[in-house]
Order: sequence, then C-alpha cells, then structure tokens
Amino acid sequence: MRIGCGAGFSADRLDPAVDLARDGALDALVFECVGERTLAFGHRDRRADPQAGYNTLLQTRLRAVWPLTAASGCRIVTNMGAANPMAAGRAAIAVARECGLRGQSVAVVLGDDVTSLIDADTPLPLSGCNVGDVGRDMIGANAYIGADAILPALETDAGLVIGGRLADPSMFLALLRHRFGWDAADWPLLGAGTLTGHLMECGAQITGGYFADPGHKDVPDLAFVGYPIAEVRADGTVTITKLPQAGGMVTTATVKEQLLYEVHDPARYLTPDVSADFSGVQLTDHGGDRVGLRGASGTTRPETLKVTVAFDGGLLAEAEVSYAGRGAADRARLAAEIASTRLQRVHGVTEDLRTDLIGVRSLHAHADHGLPVAETDVRLRVAGRFESRERAEAVLWEVESLLCSGPAGGGGFRGRITPSIVTHDAFLPRGDVPTRIEVLTA
Amino acid sequence: MSQTQTLPLRAIAHARAGDKGNTSNISLWVNDPAHFAAVREQVTADAVKRHFGAQVQGTVTRHEVPHLHGLNFVLTAALDGGVNGSLNLDGHGKSWSFILLDMQVKVETGTL
Repeated sequence: MRIGCGAGFSADRLDPAVDLARDGALDALVFECVGERTLAFGHRDRRADPQAGYNTLLQTRLRAVWPLTAASGCRIVTNMGAANPMAAGRAAIAVARECGLRGQSVAVVLGDDVTSLIDADTPLPLSGCNVGDVGRDMIGANAYIGADAILPALETDAGLVIGGRLADPSMFLALLRHRFGWDAADWPLLGAGTLTGHLMECGAQITGGYFADPGHKDVPDLAFVGYPIAEVRADGTVTITKLPQAGGMVTTATVKEQLLYEVHDPARYLTPDVSADFSGVQLTDHGGDRVGLRGASGTTRPETLKVTVAFDGGLLAEAEVSYAGRGAADRARLAAEIASTRLQRVHGVTEDLRTDLIGVRSLHAHADHGLPVAETDVRLRVAGRFESRERAEAVLWEVESLLCSGPAGGGGFRGRITPSIVTHDAFLPRGDVPTRIEVLTA
Repeated sequence: MSQTQTLPLRAIAHARAGDKGNTSNISLWVNDPAHFAAVREQVTADAVKRHFGAQVQGTVTRHEVPHLHGLNFVLTAALDGGVNGSLNLDGHGKSWSFILLDMQVKVETGTL
C-alpha cells in the first residue's frame, strides 16, 4: 500500500501535496493539520461563527488535490475538520460540486469534541489540579480518537474522510488496518503501523525538512523539498521514500531524527490504538532515497483517551526595537530596564515580563556556550501575557516611546498583540467517548 | 596513551528537538558509530541538565537506542510553560537541538 503525506501541520505547503496527488501513484493521501493551538483557535472561531472552526486552508487544498485523487482512486484522510468537522464536511461538498465531482462522498468522523463532558471537577492529573482550579474560561476539549473511529468511514465509498482531533498516526493506521485486515488486538502489527504513521505525520520532516545545517548536513533542493511516501506491506514493514523529481532526501539520518521526534521512552509511545515500541526498529538504507524499517512492535493500548482542554490564555503582547553599532547591547539593556520600570510604575503591570536581547541572547537565556557575540546588531524584545487589553497595549506603547525618550539610536519598532490560549491534559475512559460517522454526497 | 581532542557535539553528531506540553525531548545521533561509546559515557542525563542550567526546572532522563547509535533526552518543566504559556520566542524549544550540539565532548583523535 502506498500512502503519502500531504501536510504535516496546519500551515504546511500546498505544491508538494499536489505533486504527490498527481505523480505519487498513491492509494491514500493524509493531511495532518491539527495541533493543540490550532484546535483551540478553531473552537474560538466556531464560537464567533457556527460555520467556522475548521482548517482555513481546507478548500484551497481540496480544490488542488481532490480532482486528481478522485480521478486516480486515491482516498484523502484528514483531520482538517479541527473544531468543526461537520462544517468542514459541508464545505468539502461545496468544493466537490464546484470542481464537478458529482457523486463524490465525504465521511465525517464525529465524537472527539468532549467539551460537554468536562466540568470544574474534571481532574488534570499532569497539572496536579482540577479544571476549576485553572481559573480561566474553558474554550473547548477534544479527545484524541484513533483508528477504531476512522475505520467505519473507510468502509464507506467516501473519497474523503474528514475528522477533528483524529490522532496523527491513527489516520495512517486506520488505512492500513482497512487494507490489510489487521486484527484490532494484534498489538505488534498495530505498533508497526503506528511507526509508519509516526514517521509520516510531520510531512517533510522525514524528507530533509527541519534537518539542513550547511556544511554539516546539506540537503539538495530544499526549497522544493518533497513530501514523503510510505510503501507498507501486510507484515507491517515499510519503506519511506519520496518522488524522484522532488527536492530533499530520505536517508537513515533523516529517518532516525524523525523516529524519536516528540517521543519520550522509545519502548512506550502511547496512542489511542496501541502502546507502540520503537526501541527495536532496524533501518536499511536502500539508496536512491529509500529507507526500509522493520522491528517495530507494541503492547496493549491505554485504557483512557487523552483529552486536550483549552482555556483562554489572555493576550500575548510583544514589542521590539533595534540598536546598531558599538555599544548596541548596552543601549538595548538600558532600554529594557526603562520599559520594565515604567510598565510597573506608570501602568501598574504586575505580570511577568520577559526581555530578550535578540542578537545577544534570546532563545536560551541560560546557556553560556563561550561563543563570541558581536553585540553590534541587537533587537530588544519585551513580552508579557495579560488578561487586560489596556496592559497589553501599554507594552507596545512603552517600547515605542523609547524611540524619542529612550537610549540613542533606537529604531525599527514593531509591536503585536495576539490572543493566547493555555492547554491542559485530561483523561477519559474510552466508553465515555462514543464516535460515529456521517456521510455527505455531492 | 591515545591522544584526545575536545570538540562540540555538532562536529560528530546530529540532533532533533520536539515538545509535548512543557516537556522537551532531544534525540542525539552520532555520525560515526566509533564515537558512540564516548558520547554515551560523557553526555549523561546529569551533564545535559548542567548544560541547560536553569532552563530545565524539572528532570533530565536519558533513553538509549544503542543499535542505532542514538540517545534520547527528556527534559521536564523545560519550556517556560510550553508553547501556549511561554514568553520565549521559541516556546516549542525547536532550537534546542543546537544548544545540546554546543556541548563539548572528548574523543580519541584516531577516531576522527
């Protein structure tokens, strides 16, 4: 079975997906587009407009790939439904009609939205408190649902399967279970299929994206890096590759980095479907951008489903100003002191403020690598998170006012205020999260 | 006695960072299996914890994948609250693989 990945996150590129749909000789194309943030913002969009809350690139992606996959008999599976899979299904039907795909069906997977099951007494075990103790408005809650929920959709003739918080690797595993008839309790096989999903779900991260380090790890034609293809056999072994004409590369190094991406214990990678074991995986480089993997296994799946509970996180305010030439870092430090002092004394800000000297020290404030720093092109960044818009705006105001009233030679002010969310994990028994499908036809 | 040379990990290894909530994980892979023993001995969980300093408010755990010449470090309470709560520009800690790759290790000159 040949499965492609057409997106590894909500804002991923379109052209490599079109290339795969046209030239990949695929049985299925998976678009993985949901993260904790995207889902929470989807809930917020849906509150403002009951027809919104799904991936805003849904129609753009479908217009570009669906006519191709419909013609070749390739199925599309995606979680682009995000916080509103039903509205996404209806939007997909509108695209099908617009593209002349009459008779095409969409199977919508429902049941991941468990907002109504969460209340103030729901425990958040990893945070050591209950929902009510968070002290913020809950925006929404979604359970990670797995292959069991997706399989009924694949048993219809729908060319497009769309859901919300479908667990990333589960979309691939469901396709494999459907094709090969793997037993729902064959844990080693489910572990092997989960490995395929895990490797594929981040798109170009296995074909040379998120990898290049010039002079150390060079990647050919990275501007046109291709998305991956998995060739999976009934015994669960897999070869990862890409289109020959696409940029990027598939090597044991790119595959190894992705093997443990966002993995903690390699022997225990938990999904809704299985406790997967990647610790014994063997890699074979066949050359020509083909890497084979075997040896993945698994044991019994977790009893509970993970639930992401999203809360209103207030407003993130960020404001920046730059200094150049000798003494730039000292002037930026002085500016940081002035802004912090005035935000506290003039505007009554009590929240944490972070000040970064971009060009000297910003991403990792605690590291001392002994590396030389130029300190002649420094950008001050002041950031804080606030419930009050007035205080968020004060951050921008105080940094901008440094232009006339701060240290010498400050320029290039930019500021932005972004709505912010906070998430916590809850866990629900599987039996509390029934799922179902609904089929729409163009 | 064999000669040793001190190098940043980046000269002999590659790495990738990922996040789950406020936990970061960084996988580290030596380019040449001949260097795995030295890296395994020196790049311990404690050494990584020291290298990251106050950035890691929790613990560092190391998992080994010896047959692929890799180590996986799990750093808890390490992302200033995680992507949704952090004031760090890089709330995912995506850039942290290169902080790890700045760590110095001693390797036998003959193996380079």
